[in-house]
Amino acid sequence: MTTTRRDFLTAAVTAAGAAVTPDLARVQEHDHDHDHQAVPSDPALRVKALESLLVEKGLVDRSALDALIDTYEHKVGPRNGARVVARAWTDPAYKQRLLTNSDAAIAELGYGGLQGEHMVVVENTPKIHNLVVCTLCSCYPWPVLGLPPVWYKSAPYRSRAVIDPRGVLREFGLELGDDVEVRVWDSTAELRYLVLPERPAGTEKMSEEELAALVTRDSMVGVGKVTTETEKVRA
Amino acid sequence: MNGVHDLGGMQDMGPVQAEKNEPVFHEPWQGRAFAFTRAMGAWGKWNLDAVRFQREQIAPVDYFRMSYYERWVVALVELMLKNRMVTHAELESGKPGPGSAKLTPPLTAEKAQILAAKGVPASRDVAVAARFHAGERVRARNINPVGHTRLVRYARGKIGTIHMDHGVFLFPDTNALFLGEKPQHVYSVRFTARELWGEQAAPQDSVYIDMWDDYLEEA
Repeated sequence: MTTTRRDFLTAAVTAAGAAVTPDLARVQEHDHDHDHQAVPSDPALRVKALESLLVEKGLVDRSALDALIDTYEHKVGPRNGARVVARAWTDPAYKQRLLTNSDAAIAELGYGGLQGEHMVVVENTPKIHNLVVCTLCSCYPWPVLGLPPVWYKSAPYRSRAVIDPRGVLREFGLELGDDVEVRVWDSTAELRYLVLPERPAGTEKMSEEELAALVTRDSMVGVGKVTTETEKVRA
Repeated sequence: MNGVHDLGGMQDMGPVQAEKNEPVFHEPWQGRAFAFTRAMGAWGKWNLDAVRFQREQIAPVDYFRMSYYERWVVALVELMLKNRMVTHAELESGKPGPGSAKLTPPLTAEKAQILAAKGVPASRDVAVAARFHAGERVRARNINPVGHTRLVRYARGKIGTIHMDHGVFLFPDTNALFLGEKPQHVYSVRFTARELWGEQAAPQDSVYIDMWDDYLEEA
């Protein structure tokens, strides 16, 4: 390596102004068990300084950055996956296509692209429960689920999903019996996995749109089930 | 590389902390870091495997101390320095160096939308023979390369069954080091939980791992 992490931290902090130097010390010493939601203030300054440099050098176009952020904050997310699931629940022929030729079936609803180029859909049944993880990094099917939540990218989930899936599911409030087979899918290559959850009982009269509103992100990763009481998945 | 990123099977990492109604980005800087990392990739100076390898080389103590997007930024800076796209002096001053010509970014807003919608397929349309077929028993090779690999440590030396053939894809181990794409078949391989973890695992459970041809041998 031509430089170290610390070099970068020092350089970027210098660029952002000497006033943030105490923050650097804090970041380097701060508690290993820190809450991963708490963001120290200095990354914001470092990133701002770096973005300005890249823009000034003509390396990035700020409007392209805005477009990418807008896409993943507002256009791509678990609502897409929920529509795929609801269609599969209401259209047996679509479900068959979804399970056998996932890319094309998902594209029928207009979804596809970055980090969803090669999709695999796995079906939950009363006897089979599928769970998706990426133990090596954070691979996740963006076009149907959006960017992954923090817990999916975290060491606790990545480490334990493969060795103790039933324990992890219990923490999500899902207790599976011995009559259920758990299949964990570790996303080690460029295939991206979507779980087709079970359709809950008592929804026979619901429309496709009403069904889509029941489908949660967690159920499509395999850490939850769809129920009629489930909170609506976020847009 | 047997690095800290290869987390499968580690214990005592604490409970999974799911946040209700989690935002896509907790802070605006995370979105900016996400976006300029993607935008810099459009220069074509590196590939996704090289980016992953760069992140894997973050020192273990820093890897766990940093938040997710901090790792992205640190790896991006390393890649830009290696490719002479920025200099140490520029990072220190925050300003373009003297005589540095202003470039034209390859990724415009329009192209960013196309990138998101079309993606970057890793499959390769070339005729390569599959060494293995669905239903066959295979062993994950016991290799410990010091470069980039997607062969998870917890499966090395273990016996599994080919579940399906996903087709031909570029090979990350060589692609990350710019040694060529070496296209080959990727298989979904089923390992019983007991083969991986012993008697403590439920006998009916299993882990399906995607593996390139080079990661496997006959069993």
